[in-house]
Amino acid sequence: MTIASSSPPSRLPTGGAAEARSKPRTGRIEAGEDRGDGRLAALFIAPALLGFVVFLLWPTLRGIYLSFTRYNLLTPAEWVGLDNYVRMVNDPIFWDSLKVTVEYVVINIGIQTVAALAIAVLLQRLTQSAMLRGIVLTPYLMSNVVAGLVWLWILDTQLGIGNEIISAVGVDRIPFLADETWAIPTIALINVWRHVGYTALLLFAGLQAIPNDMYEAARVDGASEWRMFWRITMPLLRPVLAVVLIMTVIGSFQVFDTVAVTTAGGPANATNVLQYYIYGSAFGRFQFGYASAMSVALLLVLSAITILQYRLTRAGRTDLG
Amino acid sequence: MAAVTTTTPTSVRPVRRRFSFGRAAAWTVMGLIVLITLLPFYWILRTALSTNAGLNADPTNPLPVDLTTSGFERALGMQSAEEAVTQGGAGGGLDFWRYLLNSVLVSTLITGCQLFFSAMAAYAFSRLRWRGRDTVFGLFLAGMMVPAIFTLLPNFVLIKQLHLVDTLLGIALPTMFMTPFAVFFLRQFFMNIPREVEEAALLDGAGKVKIFFRVVLPMASTPIVTLGVLTYITSWNDYFWPLMVSYSDSSRVLTVALAIFRAQTPATGVDWSGLMAATLIAALPMLVLFACFARRIVSSIGFTGIK
Repeated sequence: MTIASSSPPSRLPTGGAAEARSKPRTGRIEAGEDRGDGRLAALFIAPALLGFVVFLLWPTLRGIYLSFTRYNLLTPAEWVGLDNYVRMVNDPIFWDSLKVTVEYVVINIGIQTVAALAIAVLLQRLTQSAMLRGIVLTPYLMSNVVAGLVWLWILDTQLGIGNEIISAVGVDRIPFLADETWAIPTIALINVWRHVGYTALLLFAGLQAIPNDMYEAARVDGASEWRMFWRITMPLLRPVLAVVLIMTVIGSFQVFDTVAVTTAGGPANATNVLQYYIYGSAFGRFQFGYASAMSVALLLVLSAITILQYRLTRAGRTDLG
Repeated sequence: MAAVTTTTPTSVRPVRRRFSFGRAAAWTVMGLIVLITLLPFYWILRTALSTNAGLNADPTNPLPVDLTTSGFERALGMQSAEEAVTQGGAGGGLDFWRYLLNSVLVSTLITGCQLFFSAMAAYAFSRLRWRGRDTVFGLFLAGMMVPAIFTLLPNFVLIKQLHLVDTLLGIALPTMFMTPFAVFFLRQFFMNIPREVEEAALLDGAGKVKIFFRVVLPMASTPIVTLGVLTYITSWNDYFWPLMVSYSDSSRVLTVALAIFRAQTPATGVDWSGLMAATLIAALPMLVLFACFARRIVSSIGFTGIK
């Protein structure tokens, strides 16, 4: 648009794209070749930049500001300094919800990672079937609400098929979602069901980068599948595994939907995860300032975990080069 | 190791070997995983096609008990209140057709706009030269680190001040223009388009805008479709944000409606048959969408998650 062109009206080379695909890829445009893209770039970036500033950058700054205020949506925010943070530190429900959230994350991530790794390795070593990969992904297409409702029904104490099977085997029925001890592990497992396939596919993609000859060479040397897993798969997958772990842990900390439709925080706050407590403070009790302070706390926890995980697993370095 | 890498493609089909106990065990585990993955879907269908009375009388029957479509009729608001109550449903019906339409509108709006605007930004970040480009892109990348929950409350306050609470636009707005991830994802692909293609088009007199629409977008159609389907699924399944923003039928989407349907428990107990029918209505469009694009998505999903 801003580039004036002296050549006659355009005519795109037919088949040019296909032909060019086979040529070596060159990446970004070299400096100095295209001047005057500034106005066009501004035009192209404008909508995304608007969205970024209005709905991401500004809310982040505003959230931090709101955490230092008392705000109920109706009257203007009133600056109260560190009051919300002092209240948070002294709020036993906050610490309880943090504890419950951590318990959820540990169970959810622990089981999900092991299961996803097992599925990914089976998909790599046993069969490369695209159909199986598709099947494994289907629960991911469901919303957390749907997943929650389906398992609520399957695990229903009176009529659920899960409990029917348990009692047929001779074990007492378990009130999975109505019992303080069982509720969090049950919710964690429901979310494993929904997310494990997606995580497995991410790991599977990482496994695909490991050259097959390494396994062949190891087999010639008489290595067992078990040994190959520990000596080849795990070391080479480590960087990918680290990235996937950081992503899933961050996602896992934000559990809300499943809790909202299955237990609504109960019984007796046993599943009152942090995000649910934040939601309740904001929309149940209209304490937007306090809810914001807890969001800041969650943000700090997540940042600390990300940095720590990154350091511990040396995610930045890859063994495959 | 690097020398080995170059000799063979990595995704070779594993060689078929003779029977071993290890492989049999591995296949058994795989079968079990498939079973656990798929059985709940069958159980939704089986329950949705049963009557509530039948479910109470015969909870373990693997087939639908008293095969009927009354659960679906209730979910879609096709039954009168009295009829619904006698079938074990709640009297106040929900209009799932409307929520279905709302979900389609919101998801389509978000996906269409987000893809287009993100692609434009990604093009500016990858193929145009301008001052401050890397700085702005760095800012976008940093935006990926901010967890969604953190921006939800301030965004709600903003949407409220814009008087867009309880509108479909209010639900769509925060993710309509971009997500840092979408920009980042598309930029990766645009960077890999060979410069020669662009040069040829430039020589032919095409402007940068024309190159974007006629060359870059068509060449990146596969990643765009993948990103589009994933965006559609994500916005379709979103619950927290629509729950905050919508209060009435006019902006209610399926996920929120489902949770309300569940909360409307009649005195006699949960209307499982109606609830599972509603669940199926909410989930079916995504299953169909996935079935259409499954192969493409499954093979490119690794790319979407990790660079």
